Amino acid sequence: MSKKKESLSSMAQNVKIRDFCGKRKIFLVISLCLIVLTLLASFIMGVRISIEFKGGTIATYSYEGTVSENDLQKLIADTIEADVTVQLGETFTGENTTSFTASFSLDKPFSAEMQDNLLKELNKQYPEGKITLLESNDIAPASGKVFFIKCIVAAIFAAIVLILYIAWRFKRISGWSAGVFAVVTLLHDLCIVFGAFVICGFEIDSVFMAVILTILGYSVNDTIVIYDRIRENQKLMPKAELTELVNISLSQTMRRTLRTSITTVGAMLVVTIVAAISGVSSILSFSIPLIAGMTAGCYSSLCVAPMLWVTWKTRKKKA
Amino acid sequence: MKNKKPIFFIVFILIIAYAVSTVFGFKMQYGDLTTVYIKGMEDIRLGIDIQGGVDVTFAPADENVDATKEQLEAIQEVMKSRLISLGINDYEVYMDENNDKVIVRFPWQSGEENFDPESAVAELGDTAQLKFYAGYNYTSETKDDGTVVVTPKGEVVLEGSHIANAYPQPEMDKDGAYTGYYTTGLELTPEGKEAFKKATQAAVNKDAAYLDTTYTASTRYVISIWMDDECISSPTVQSVITDGNAMISGNMDYEEAKKLADKINGGALPFNLETQTFKTISPSMGSGALKAMMISGVIALILICAYMIILYRLPGTVASIALIGQVAGTLAVVSGWFGFNDSSTLTIPGIAGIILAIGMGVDCNIITAERIKEEMSVGKNLDSALKSAYKNSFSSILDGNMTVIIIAIILMGAFGVSDSFFAKMFSLIFKWFGVSTEGTIFSFGFTLLTGVFFNFIMGVLASRLMLTSLSQFKCFQNRKLYGGAEK
Repeated sequence: MSKKKESLSSMAQNVKIRDFCGKRKIFLVISLCLIVLTLLASFIMGVRISIEFKGGTIATYSYEGTVSENDLQKLIADTIEADVTVQLGETFTGENTTSFTASFSLDKPFSAEMQDNLLKELNKQYPEGKITLLESNDIAPASGKVFFIKCIVAAIFAAIVLILYIAWRFKRISGWSAGVFAVVTLLHDLCIVFGAFVICGFEIDSVFMAVILTILGYSVNDTIVIYDRIRENQKLMPKAELTELVNISLSQTMRRTLRTSITTVGAMLVVTIVAAISGVSSILSFSIPLIAGMTAGCYSSLCVAPMLWVTWKTRKKKA
Repeated sequence: MKNKKPIFFIVFILIIAYAVSTVFGFKMQYGDLTTVYIKGMEDIRLGIDIQGGVDVTFAPADENVDATKEQLEAIQEVMKSRLISLGINDYEVYMDENNDKVIVRFPWQSGEENFDPESAVAELGDTAQLKFYAGYNYTSETKDDGTVVVTPKGEVVLEGSHIANAYPQPEMDKDGAYTGYYTTGLELTPEGKEAFKKATQAAVNKDAAYLDTTYTASTRYVISIWMDDECISSPTVQSVITDGNAMISGNMDYEEAKKLADKINGGALPFNLETQTFKTISPSMGSGALKAMMISGVIALILICAYMIILYRLPGTVASIALIGQVAGTLAVVSGWFGFNDSSTLTIPGIAGIILAIGMGVDCNIITAERIKEEMSVGKNLDSALKSAYKNSFSSILDGNMTVIIIAIILMGAFGVSDSFFAKMFSLIFKWFGVSTEGTIFSFGFTLLTGVFFNFIMGVLASRLMLTSLSQFKCFQNRKLYGGAEK
């Protein structure tokens, strides 16, 4: 035991011990600001919800010659003032005609007047295209309320299981509160991802779900790695002050946390750059919020979860 | 200590062989026939979002039908469970209440040989009304175009809604010996049980309504089983059946019996549907999405490896090999390399799952490499530094990965097919949501779980084996190679 203690103190000497706990008020204020910013942005700018969750219109047009997916997307989006997904295709049955499908979700119904207007604009852009409307369907949300409730239930269930798991594995450092704050931190990170979607004006769709789920995984993992170090150091120096213990643990794991985040954020930067160069803007709605979420996850695992936990533990002692 | 030197080469060669076979697959060409032994990257089925697919609009065949919202919702649910039993997990099903239409989209790439979209669409549009009729009676009518339409006659004694569950089972003869065929077993609901008891009782009592009238002088008292306008079986009733179990036999093999069971479990459509339009659609993420994803994937992997090697030298090099193994392993499961699992559809959320798993893999290697440095800095020799680094870093890797596994399993249970293993595990919580599956979220959970599994095999086990083996070589015993200072 004494040998171990010695090795820890010499190991701790190798990294500069930073006073994380002393700055915890600043960290928590920064996080609060980010959350308030997200809330403000979603009230002021509005949240754009995709056709899967909100319902909308799927209109199919036939055309001749060649058209460009990106140009069509831009033209239609400008005409009807909404986000549009354009997909090119060919009909199977009957005479093979080329067609394109525009999916969008408007706040008002897609009226006959708007239909005519859009068709006029399309034919102005492609005079040779002989664009005609094949069909227009007003569709109900594909993933409606039931899906939403199911997501919430799944999330609550996952949160409970996570807290139970952390409480069990981190008994030594009072795992219950550690588990609860890991989940609180998770919510903080998800809130920032949501904010990134709102501020960039991306639609809430299945890509959003994918990003949220990914950040969920990263955030919990990052927090656990730090808890693990606190657990280990607690064993090595059981008499240390809580704040000191956390400061040492954070300083030791900081390099790992930063380097892992640099790697993952770097990979996403590559995706963003390649997508931007090749003009595939749809991938940006995946990679940019992921970068925001990964950065938030890195920050919160160092500066939010352990700080909240320390604040909670020291407050309890005073009382 | 035993000689560990060859271990590195064994693990290294295994990983490389595995990665190469995952990327390129293994195919043999005999004349026109190509036999696929190992599925490669190009056999991965991609989702509508990155590869495009087909878009079908269904409308009631009878123009006078005015569908209610509930009917359309029922159609939506039936379509979903049919898509899943066709092996299509990535789909979009929309309904248009104003025009009474249901739009179904699923991934398909022209030239795909083992999947025929037209027959899939035909199966989706099937009414699939299962009815048991008293006796065997029908009228037939020849239409103008030469097709014969058969309509069953008589009293309906049992319907699809009376069936709680259908499943394929081996057929036994009277002596309990396996006949080589399969039957579709039916488990009836309480009302179904009563109705079936009454019907079999009537047939045993030689009620005239139950007489097979398809040939003269018949003395068979039967119940005929119809799927839409096709009689699939007309067994003679031997005895009164009171236990609520019935079965449909008809010299079926396992596939046929399973298909029939799926069809019955999927439920019937409230009315006939016809295909109104049937067309291909380009990827919803845009045509360039797949190419951009692939290019950036390759660049990112190279950069990650370079970064790891610069930061951690020897452990970094080993980590890069392990990472390649992990990526290959995950892709192999998605493409169906192992044979025991079908290939699943890879969508953007699926790719997100792989990215998260790779991130966990990088993290696991960074944690270990940092730990090696730390252990060496307290003056341990190379051997014991490696040993205690692997030992001490494992708890955080285990806990981090376990929490992610918990998330993946809950997602798969909540959003997967309701008769899958994980779904059954959580059926108490999620059963009252019906069969609403969300293929894309399931796909995220699936790739994530696979990726994390390979993280344990590659990031934890393989990299440990490789590094301890390499450290036995004299030329690799320089502490600088591990990020430590010269002793």
